[in-house]
Amino acid sequence: MESAGEDPRGALVRPYAVTRGRTEPTRDIAIEAVLLTTHRGQQEARFAGRDKQAIAALCDGRAQSLAEIAAYTRLPLGVSRVLVADMVADGLLALHGAAQAEDDDRMQILERVLSGLRRL
Amino acid sequence: MDFAGSDSARRAPSAIKSAKIVIAGGFGVGKTTLVGSVSEITPLTTEAVMTTAGVGIDDPSKVPGKGTTTVAMDFGRITIANDLILYLFGTPGQTRFWFMWDELIRGALGAAVLVDTRRVTDSFAPIDFFESRKLPYLVAVNCFDGAPRYAAEEVREALAIAPEIPLVLCDARQRESAKSVLITLVEHAIATLRLELTRTGR
Repeated sequence: MESAGEDPRGALVRPYAVTRGRTEPTRDIAIEAVLLTTHRGQQEARFAGRDKQAIAALCDGRAQSLAEIAAYTRLPLGVSRVLVADMVADGLLALHGAAQAEDDDRMQILERVLSGLRRL
Repeated sequence: MDFAGSDSARRAPSAIKSAKIVIAGGFGVGKTTLVGSVSEITPLTTEAVMTTAGVGIDDPSKVPGKGTTTVAMDFGRITIANDLILYLFGTPGQTRFWFMWDELIRGALGAAVLVDTRRVTDSFAPIDFFESRKLPYLVAVNCFDGAPRYAAEEVREALAIAPEIPLVLCDARQRESAKSVLITLVEHAIATLRLELTRTGR
């Protein structure tokens, strides 16, 4: 077992205790990628620990981005990303894609955003 | 549309897309104000720890925290449709290190560089950054009360930006004005993409 108390970066990495020391998310999730709690997440997230339970409650019925999850749970972005990646892997959250520059439907997304902004 | 097996009281589209626009500019230039003017939520803040190793400007050993820095960014949200959400991310204003953060602009539809005419030089770095990353961007001069007013062409010259880059005057506090900045940006992004598609013959 490694000793967590010897890290010279101290408070800077302390939040990673909630991810059990892992800093590499198992999936690369964009800050604006949105997540929705799955049926399974609604049933089982309460057994996954306090932070994951809070995330499942947050994304239940309303899509929330990784950035929103981090802001509402007051966890650093990197910590949230690890937790969310875990939950996606465990089927508690469904990951919805963020638009990418190379997407074939890029033009369609731009046009939909444009008309949406005009309607505001 | 049907959602087999799903609870009809909570029908969500099967695939939701999200997109983002980056709002850049110097500290105190009004980025969060602009985001708040159009966002459907009060702007939120998220913090990220980022690596600054290899920044090159400073000796990294002299940077407190040895190569990592915490950046806070504010963001807002506009639900375009039930399957399309737009996020507006303000770049961290308190550190220049966000330029190392390619993740922030990856996949972004475009960026708006907010300019305060009293501190024009603050916008050089973001403009260079977006130019080098080939991200469609525009320059929006935030017209603060009492700030020196220059003609748009004078600002364009001071910033040395190409004629095809849109330059608009705005009041970040006004919803209609902030909206119009975003609309002009997305129109520019569409024109840029169209040009690119024509050039590559697609």
